[in-house]
This record gives sequence, C-alpha cells and structure tokens, in this order.
Amino acid sequence: MKDFEQPVLRVSHLNKQYGKGCASCRDAGGMVLNKNFCPVCATVYACRDITFEVYAGEILGVVGESGSGKSTLMQCLYFDQKVSGGEAYISSYKSGRENIFTESSQQKRYIRNRMMGKVYQNPVLGLKMDFSSIGNIAEKLIAAGNRNVREMEARGKELLEHVNIPVYRIKEAPRNFSGGMQQRVQIAKALSNNPPLLLLDEVTTGLDLSVQASVLDLIKQIQRRLKISVLIVSHDLGVIRMLADRTIVILDGRIVEQGLTDQILEDPQHGYTQQLVQSLLV
Amino acid sequence: MGYVAVKGGTLAIEESIKRLKYERLKKGDVLDVHGIECGMRCLIDQVMSESSLYSETLAAISIKQAEGSPEEAVFLMRAYRSTLPRKHYSRTVHPDDMLAERRISASFKDIPGGQILGATCDYTHRLIDFELNNETEGDISNWLHNFARDNGINSCATDLANLPKILDYLRREGLLQDCENNDREPDDITRESVKFPTSRSERLQILTRGQTGAVTSLGYAALRGYGALHPTVGELRVGHLPLYVDNPFDGEDEDDAYYIGGIKVTEVETLFPAPVQKENGVKEIEFGIGYGICYGQNETKAIAMSILDHCLETGSPEYPTHNEEFVLLHIDSVEATGFISHLKLPHYVTFQSKLDSVRKSKKSGRGKDMESDGELNP
Amino acid sequence: MKIEYNFAFFDEGSKREIRRATLKAIAIPGYQVPFASREMPIARGWGTGGLQLTLSLVGKEDVIKVIDQGSDESVNAVNIKKLITATTGINVTEAMEEATIIQSRHRIPEVPLREGQILVLQVPLPEPLRYYEPSEYETKKLHGEKEYSGVWLMLFEQIMSYGNMSTGADHPVMVHDRYVMAPSPIPRFDNPRLNCSKALILFGAGREKKVYAVPPHTGVISLAFEDFPFQTESFRNKSCRLCGAKGVYLDEIEDQATGKTIYQCNDTSFCMSRLNGKI
Repeated sequence: MKDFEQPVLRVSHLNKQYGKGCASCRDAGGMVLNKNFCPVCATVYACRDITFEVYAGEILGVVGESGSGKSTLMQCLYFDQKVSGGEAYISSYKSGRENIFTESSQQKRYIRNRMMGKVYQNPVLGLKMDFSSIGNIAEKLIAAGNRNVREMEARGKELLEHVNIPVYRIKEAPRNFSGGMQQRVQIAKALSNNPPLLLLDEVTTGLDLSVQASVLDLIKQIQRRLKISVLIVSHDLGVIRMLADRTIVILDGRIVEQGLTDQILEDPQHGYTQQLVQSLLV
Repeated sequence: MGYVAVKGGTLAIEESIKRLKYERLKKGDVLDVHGIECGMRCLIDQVMSESSLYSETLAAISIKQAEGSPEEAVFLMRAYRSTLPRKHYSRTVHPDDMLAERRISASFKDIPGGQILGATCDYTHRLIDFELNNETEGDISNWLHNFARDNGINSCATDLANLPKILDYLRREGLLQDCENNDREPDDITRESVKFPTSRSERLQILTRGQTGAVTSLGYAALRGYGALHPTVGELRVGHLPLYVDNPFDGEDEDDAYYIGGIKVTEVETLFPAPVQKENGVKEIEFGIGYGICYGQNETKAIAMSILDHCLETGSPEYPTHNEEFVLLHIDSVEATGFISHLKLPHYVTFQSKLDSVRKSKKSGRGKDMESDGELNP
Repeated sequence: MKIEYNFAFFDEGSKREIRRATLKAIAIPGYQVPFASREMPIARGWGTGGLQLTLSLVGKEDVIKVIDQGSDESVNAVNIKKLITATTGINVTEAMEEATIIQSRHRIPEVPLREGQILVLQVPLPEPLRYYEPSEYETKKLHGEKEYSGVWLMLFEQIMSYGNMSTGADHPVMVHDRYVMAPSPIPRFDNPRLNCSKALILFGAGREKKVYAVPPHTGVISLAFEDFPFQTESFRNKSCRLCGAKGVYLDEIEDQATGKTIYQCNDTSFCMSRLNGKI
C-alpha cells in the first residue's frame, strides 16, 4: 500500500531565477518585486518556492497567465533548464530517494529517456523535423536501449496509429505535417517508453479549435487507457477544466491556489483565480 | 623471376615534379628572391600573416617556389614552421610602443598625436599605371633621389614611437567598459589542441593566422546582414613593434632583456555601441571593442578580424559569424585548401564500398527478399 | 641559406608531445585525444594525421610500409614514403612481414597483422556523431555521457529508407564497450579485422587534430541492430583475375576490350605475393 501513497513526482521548494539578484530583492522576500521582476537588478524570479505532488494516474493542471513561470517549471522538470534551488523526486527513480536535480547529466538523460515524456508547445523543440516520424519515435526507444528495428518499427506504428497518423505517412518527416499532426507525433514520441509521467506544455496553443479538441480528446483517451500521470500546463482554463483532476494556479512564479479542479472552478478563493474563472464564463 | 609490381606511381610523381619545374622556368627568366622582397611587399605581408611566421626572406623564397600562389606559399611556410623548436618567448609586446608609420581614427577627427595617413592605397585612383610597363632603374633612382631631398629634414614634431592610444581617451571618459588586464599565459594553439569553448587568446591566434579572404568574407557577412553590427574604427595603426627576449640566464629583469628586432604589424581597435543594463532598469549605451592584429600591412584583414573578435566574444546562436566553431574551424588556409584538394586523391575503396550499398538498396527497393550475400559479422 | 631538417622532420619536443597524446589514446581505447596537429609538407586531408603519428614513432631500426587504397604504388603512398625516407633514411618495404609500422589510407591489409606491428590509419573525419550534431562542444559531451542514440538513429533511418543499413566505408564501431568510433573510411569488409587485433592500431586525423587508438586484443564491434546484422561488402562468387584469390576485397574494373566487369585484388602487394607463390 506504500506504493499507492507515494506520489509519482514530488517537487519541493523549486526556485528558478534569471539574474544574480541583488541586496534589495534577495532580502525583502519579494516585497520590492514588480510582479516577479526586480526593478533594481533586472532579475526575474520565474519560479518561487513551488511545492506540489503528482499522484499515480492523475492529471494535474497548472494554469496561469503567460510569463507566470509555468513553462519554466516544466523546463526545469525536464532538465531543459537548471533550477536555482529546490528538489524533485520521482518514485520510479532510485525509489524516489534521490533529488533528480542534483544528479549527473548522464543520469538526468537516463531519467528523461525512461521516466518522462514531454510534449512542447513548439514541435521544433520536441521533434527532429528532418528525420522520419517513425525515426523520431525510435530515437527515444534507442535512447532507452532498444536495439531491435522491427520491434521499434512496430511500436512506432502502433503509437502513430494511436495518434491518428496514417500508416503510409509514418516515414515522412514532421516538417511536412500540419501543426496538429506534429503535436500528435510529439505525443506518440513522448509515450513511446511508457513513461510513468507525461509533461504537456501548452500542447494545444496555436492550433485551431477543432484540432485542439481532437488533440485534447486524444490525451484524455490515452491517459485513461495507459493510466499514466500527467502534468499539463496551460494558460487556458478551458483546457484545464476538460482534462485536470486537480489544479494549481500560478501567478508571478508562485502557487496562489490549489485543489480539485471542480472546487477551484466552483469556489475560487484567490482574486486572480476568480478573475480567471469569470473570464471562462463570459 | 617473379611478378613485379608496376612502379607507375613513383615514375608519375617524378615526371609531374619535372613538369612543374618546367612550368616555373619555361619562359627562361624568373624573379629572384631579392626582387620578390622588393616588389611584392603586400603579398609577403599576407603570406607571413597567414603563415604566422615572420620572415620576409622565407616568405619571398616560398612565393618564388609557389610561383606566387599565396595558398602554396603559406603551406610551405607553415610546414617549415612545424619543424622549429621554441627556444625563447618574447616579452609581452605593448602596441603603445609601436613606431607608427600610419595611424588613423574614424571616430575622432582630432586625435592626440594627429591622424597620420602614411602609405595607403585608399586614396589612389585604381587606374592601371601603364607607365610601370616601362619603368627603368634610372626612373627609380631619380625618384628616390628627389624624394630623399624633399623629405630630408624631418619637420614633424610628433613622437611617432609614443603615440597615445585613442581608446584610452574613451576609457577615461567612462564610455568604454573598463576591463582588467588579462595577464594569464596565452594558450598556444600550435602546441595544444583547441578545445571549445575557446579562450580569447586562442580565438585571436586563429583569427590572425586566418586566410585573408576567408576572414574578410566572414567579417563582411557580420557587417552586412548577419549580426547587424555597426562598428567604427577607433584606431588603426601600422608600424614596427620592438621585440625583446629575457636573458636566458638572468631571469626576468626587463633591463637585461635583449632586443632581437622588430616586426611590422597592423593593429585595429574597433568600437561597437552596445546597450548595457545598469541598476534600477536604467539602460546605457557603452562601447564594446573588437581587436585585430596581423603581421605586416594587412588592413582589411585586421579590421575584419576585429569584427569577428567582437562577434565571437558576444556570441549568438542566430548567426554563423558569431558561432566560434563555424568561424574558427573554417578560416585556416592550410586546413581549408588541404581538405578541398584531398578530393583529388583516389577514393576507389570507399567508392566500391558505396557502390555495394547502393546496389543493395536497389535490390531491396525492388521488393526482393533481403539478400544476405555479404559476410555477416559474428 | 641551407637548412637541415631534424630526423623525422619534427623537432624532438613536437614528437614527444604527439607520443604523449598517443599514449593517452592507447590508455582510453576509442577515445579521440585532441593534439596540436602540426602543419606538414603534405596537404591537410592527404594523410597528415597518420604521417605525424608515423614520424613521432619511427626510429632508425624501423621498416615502413605505406599503402593508399590498398596500393603501395599509389601516387599518394609513394609521396608519403618519399617524405618519410627523405627525413629519416629508414627502409621501406612492400612486404607485410618485414614492416614494423604500416601506414595506410582506407584499408587494412589482407595479410593479418602480427604482434609488435603498428598499423597507422589516416582519418579524414574522426567524429562518428558529426552527421547528427555539428558542434564539437556538444559531441564531446555526448561521448562523455556515452550517449550514442544519434549514431543508432542514423542507422535506423537508413533501414527505414533503404531497407538496410546503407553505410559505405566508415561504418561506426563500438570500442571496448565504451566509445563509439569512426574506423576511418576502411570498407566494412575490414571492420572485423579491428576486433582483437594482434597489432596496435592507431588513427590520426591531422586536420581535425585528433588521435585515437585500438590497442591489441581490444574488442571492436561494428554497430548493428539485433535483427539487422552488420554486413560487409559482398564479393560472392567473384575472384581476382590475376591471382584467383577469393574472400578478399576486390577492385571492380571494366575490361576495355570486352566491356565486361572484371575483378582484381585491391591489396596489390598481397596479390603480388600470391602470384609469386609466397602466400
């Protein structure tokens, strides 16, 4: 029963700042900051003391305006950025006892290749645009140690079929695909190693509405079937409402509210959340 | 009496070398080394600069042997340079000590010590002087005689060996970001392989020995469209720098150092206005700097070098001209010409291997079963 | 002015530095050791890496064999031999059994290497990851972390496109289960000869300024997938028109008289020895 209680991902006191900070912003506990920006030394406090957990099989939503630090949070978790401070633990990595932020870059790569999948807002960051779609999926399988072409090909076909890429196009490069298709290839790639944790960063932003709906549908389906844990970041409360079981509201790099999604939608506490919910109703 | 290998290669090379010599001599008259030294000052400067070997005589011999091809001449000089042991290192050279022949600034009209135009092609009309076809020794000595007479008394009061640096003025005004002297021992790129990211000393060495055309072209690219730089030449000087080596027995006392001669160099300091973030959100514009220095009078190259120095110092993922691997790994004359010319070497074995792959891909492309007729690796 | 060059061209200090890099390369099989590659009297890309290794190693007792594309008499081989003999005065040979150092471009000779010999291979592009990642700074990190997905992905993509791996020469190998290495553009046919070689094999890339090594008795495995084994070039049912040898690397030649394709040994001295009944 212990496994059941242990969160898949536990993040505590994560901090990320751009800039060195100065005497006035370091000591004043954020009092002098203009939002998350120090007007004296121009340091940006992108993530401030972020603590949360993701449990097995749940979808945790992170909502906030652009510039609130939610994408930086995702980048930190996927090691695209170095954290300035804080810890994170993944239950499937060394039994959740090692802070993954302080592991060697080789270990970080290992974690990234086997225990996480990430879908970026911009597919250029998540895909090799000139390699074949199936090659993109194989890349992640290869990185996790697979050396069997037919096996990888079959797995890639299965996944691409899952995300509705026609079989006759799987050897094509994502460069030739539409934005929605590219996102679907990214999702397939992120899922390739059955990671316990999937990170989705504004995956539907920039897609037109009907395509958005189909991508969201796909995510929901996949999550139900594979029972993986998902951390999804969006500025769009509509996306969060549709997918997330629990939600974190983030403003100027800080968590200002968290709880069950329904609860947050029904009874928002923080002024900013109230604003968000209101805008959703209009 | 067994079979004997055909000695085609040896013979072919011998004949080819003879042929090359014939090409050099066939008109019955060649420039002698002294003539090259006297008449090809600029080519000698370029060759010395790209070779990173300062010897006018060796450069002249190399140019003669290479029949005037700078790439071949540089190649000869570099290969010779490889064989030279390092016996001494000079004391640090200070460009303030330059005995200037030419010194201009595009930033200030009136500079302490004054603008000294010196010898430059900049203001000649590029009209072919057909008279040169008939220039005689008599003409030359007459001209020299007159020149000596007109310039006999040096009325110039300027101390050409002690011209102040123009950038010092900007530093005093606080317009140029102050920086400490970096007295770290420079990394010697000819003794230790370059590793990325590079140190500035490594970058400057590679740039100064870069192929003149390549350095100029990349500098031009940075100026024209890849980086949108707007530099101003703060100061360009051409002149002689004295070189000293420490007394090998007596340590580092400057007074005991030996003067071993002078080298002629072109030195350029270029200014780049750049925004600097100060406290409380205040932005100021200060000047960044680019530095170029080359053996001999190589002004375009030195300016282009100063642009590239600045590009690489600031760096930017957007432009190849700001990418140190792109710039530094591709501007060396010996490396670029060598690798391109190696395509002339036979590639029979590799081509045969490629043929095998191509044929195999055609077979499987036709939908036949994969033929495993190659030997399998256990 | 008359200038005498030092024995083996370089000054002793330079030779010592190259040997130091070589020792490091031997100590870390397959790892590309950067070295301050000197300019040579032959052009970059024409074997300056191999030549620097040879000249740094050669002593007065050594006997050298130089081949280019399998031939002792190719213009480039002759040229390199000329430089070595001009600066050292040592003996050259075409016979494998007499040679102590064999410098070669793009082939490992047919006659097996023996203990005590050194094979020096000339390398144009030492970085097996370059196709995947243009930056040297990045590839160095990838080697450090043993992250070779890029090479495998390249092979996977070839299979997806052409139905099989389509590498020509220079098929990447894994050395001692640690470093992926470019074996220099030897044909795939020669790759298995790197494995557990009795002789020391050195690789010199002059222009790219790298030295690397496969010490004797070191495991070298050509990269291949479980279901797509590594395959060498095929010369099945073909033999040398001169000596009749089978199972050797053959050159393909068009018979000018008949227009037919004929084959002969690529390794010319091997062929000659067979013709003379020595092998």
